[in-house]
Order: sequence, then C-alpha cells, then structure tokens
Amino acid sequence: MTDTQDGSYDAFLDALEAGDGYYYECADGHALVPPRRVCPHCGDRELERVELPETGSIVTHTTVAVPTPQFEDDAPYVTAIATFGQVKLTGILRDVDPNDVEIGQEVTVTIDTAETTDDRTITFDRHS
Amino acid sequence: MSKAFVAGTGMTAFGTFPDRRGRDMFAEAGLAALDDAGLGPEDIDEVFYGNFIGTLAENQGHQGPLAAEALGTTAPSRRVESACASSGLAIRDAVRAVRSGEADVVVAGGMERMSNMGTAGATDGLARAADDLFEIRSGVTFPAAYALMARAYFDEFGGEREDLAHIAVKNHDNALVNDHAHLQEEITVDDVLESPEIAAPLTLYDACPISDGAAALVLLSPSYAEEHGLDSGVAITGSGHGGDTMALQDRQSLATAPATRDAAEEAYDDAGISPDDVGLVEVHDCFTIAEVLALEGLGLYSYGEAIGAARRGETCRDGDLPVNLSGGLKAKGHPVGATGAAQVAAVRNLLTGTHPRADAVGEDVTVGLAHNAGGTVASAAVHVLEVTR
Repeated sequence: MTDTQDGSYDAFLDALEAGDGYYYECADGHALVPPRRVCPHCGDRELERVELPETGSIVTHTTVAVPTPQFEDDAPYVTAIATFGQVKLTGILRDVDPNDVEIGQEVTVTIDTAETTDDRTITFDRHS
Repeated sequence: MSKAFVAGTGMTAFGTFPDRRGRDMFAEAGLAALDDAGLGPEDIDEVFYGNFIGTLAENQGHQGPLAAEALGTTAPSRRVESACASSGLAIRDAVRAVRSGEADVVVAGGMERMSNMGTAGATDGLARAADDLFEIRSGVTFPAAYALMARAYFDEFGGEREDLAHIAVKNHDNALVNDHAHLQEEITVDDVLESPEIAAPLTLYDACPISDGAAALVLLSPSYAEEHGLDSGVAITGSGHGGDTMALQDRQSLATAPATRDAAEEAYDDAGISPDDVGLVEVHDCFTIAEVLALEGLGLYSYGEAIGAARRGETCRDGDLPVNLSGGLKAKGHPVGATGAAQVAAVRNLLTGTHPRADAVGEDVTVGLAHNAGGTVASAAVHVLEVTR
C-alpha cells in the first residue's frame, strides 16, 4: 500500500523475520514493542533490549469479514493479539480455520506479505 | 470550578447524506443552536469544531475557519481531532475557554461526512483511529479492534453474544421516536445474532451505522448568562479527559477502559458528585461491547457486571439507570466528529424535557452524563450536566 520507509519499525520487522525478535523493558518492568525511545507508562528512557520468547500465547482474536481495501483479497482472515512473555504483539494468524482458533493457543511470529498489497505484515503461525 | 451554561443545542438529522458538504451540515446544526440560545453570530467569541477524517472524505484540511463561516462569523476557530472523541474534546476545550474567563460565548460542535466514501472507503478511513504500524498493518479494522476487546472481555469476565444483542435491541428501541436518528428500526435479539459477521464475535447489528451529520452547542459563561438573562437551566459542571496507549497491545488489560475511568474521576471531582448522583447517561456505544466498557469505566457498574445490564432491563427506559435514551451511536448514528456534541445535546434536552424521550427521565433526576471515546478508548471525554434551577 505504501512505499514509505519507517526506519526503526522496518528494522524491528527485519529482526522478527530473521528470528531475532526483541522487545524493550524499562527499569519499572514495563515491556514495550519497539521502536520506542521512552516508556509511555512511566517515562523511563533506560530501555533494555530483551530477547523475544520463541512462542507466544493468543490472548484475543477476531475473524475479519469486512476488511479495509488493503486486505481485500486476504479476507476473511484472523487477527490476534498474542503475549510473548511480558510483551504483546498484534498479527495475522495464517493457515488456520477461524473456527479452530482459541485463546491460550501457542503461536510463533514471523513476517509474511499481505495478499492484496504485498506489504510486510506481522504474522503468527500455530505452534505445534 | 465555575460552570458553562448550555444555552443552545442543534443538530442535523443523522443519516446518509453523501451529497451534503460538511460546511452545510454544520451550518444547519450551528445556526439551530444559535437560534435555540437566542444569540447571533456577532456574539460568538470562539468556535471549537470536531472532525475526524475530513482531510480524506472531503479533501479538506484547516476546517476551523469554514466552521466559523458556516455560523456567519470569522471569529477565531479551530478543528479538534481525536477520532470519535473529536467533539467531546472540542467541548472540553470550549468549557475551558469559558471557565478561564477568556470567552463568554463559544460554539462547540462537530461534523462528519463518511457515506460518500462507500463502505470500503469509510472502513479504511475509520481504521485510521488505530495505530498504523501495529494495528492497521496487522489487518485491524475498527470493528476488529472492538471484537478483540469483546473476546477478551468474555474471557476475563464472562458474558456472551446474546448479552450484547440486548444492548443493540435497547438502543434501537430508544431511537424509535427520535426523528433525528439514523436508524428508526425495531430489531430483535435474533436479528442481531443472525446478522452477518463483520469481525467475529461482532455482527452487523453490534455496530453503529456509517453516518453523516453535524451537531453544535452554544456555551456561555455564568457572568454572560446572568447579564443577558440567559440562564438556560442546564450547565456543564464537570469535565474530564483520560488517555491511554494508542495500540491495544500496549495495554495491561484488553477488557477495560482506563481512559474512561480517569476521565470520569476527573469529571466527578470537578462537579463534586459521585456516580450515585447520575440519573441518565449517554455513552459511546460505537459497538455494543463499548457500552459495557463505558458503564464499567464510568464507575456505574463494577467490572464484569455491565455485560448483563441491558438483558436484565436495568439500563432500559424503565430501568434504574436509562442508558442512551437518544438511541446512542448504535441507532441514533455516529457521524464521528459530531457524536460528542450530539451526546451533550441529548443530555441537556433530556434534562430540560425537550427531548422526544424525556418522558423516561424521572422527575428527581438532575444530573446527566455524556461519555465520548476516541479510538479504542485511547482518548475519553466525560461531561457532567446538571439542572441549575
């Protein structure tokens, strides 16, 4: 959809794609998805880079039937929020029957491209 | 703190008006509000105008001056953008201007035009209220965001789709006599449960419609109202504003709305009231689950308890606490930038007895609440309105 480069965001996607996912943790223990310069919860700027756990757990999900034009050819698709240790990520759960998705299921994260636009998208796979 | 009198209210019908330009809709609402207040454009000190996606829908930025012109003035003006909370926060800024003594007569309101974008275009536009990097690019539409919260709520507190369906049925029923409502259509629980899924577990009838429309208020300082004999009988006595992270993934809980809680606590303190004093509420029910999150955030229900409120009849017209007597966003309609102003207008008119559902307001009710939320409640505005005489 967009050619815009979003430097540090793209670097984060690169890391997820390479299997080197990470997140930040502030001194107060708040877990933050990069890119961040400062913790929005407490203002701490001393963010420590922490390795992202390999598997996450679905905390909520939806099956989108009416998409935005950017996902026209992808629908219906499952978008989920999964928690990887302390940090949560939002992504599309690929290759699943929506009826089989449940809270608590384990997933891994990677990067795939949306069918409609070829844009890179945070993507989950069911962990077997 | 001092209060701001609500001297006039005006709104267009809410509905599908793809051929009406925003400035025309705001003119209709704003001029009606001025007429209601008995004031003219020459009296206006400042204009606060809420709008969300006019830059996309009408290719128009810098809309403040157009909003002022629509009222017949070139008074100072600005556009306030906070997604669906745009005019709730325009009102908050207007109240501040009046309370600070810098303005005596202000118009606060808003407008949205969306139906001209089509369903796909409007879905795209509305999604912009979510985080582009971490939500929109992961396929989160606006209904999807609330579906994620609904499922998280069911998981954390219990409840089921049928509980939500009762909220839709109630709000549709309330709108039946409201000729300004977008949907004057009686529905049943089965209609909701059997309507097409948009973003599971939410269906078409869990969602508000894509509406066009405008709403406006005239607010006065107490000194101006007294000097000109314009005590309208209802004033905003409390104002609150809460914030949260933009993306759901950055929140501790996906089943609560802390920004609403913060806004409510500030507004209650400001007005010197408690939730027990509130006799009627207009809350931001863009989706059925949003009414639940709102009632709990406002402290009117404990967490986990509001899901069954409509099903038990408590928030219905003849219940203990009528919620969304106007029909809410669900049935009255949700022209995004106009919604916050339309809610305050409804509360004022319910308290003064001029609203078509005013007969459902108990005679002892003197305090009403308006709750307006932006995005997935990353912004919340709460206003307390009280009868002043």
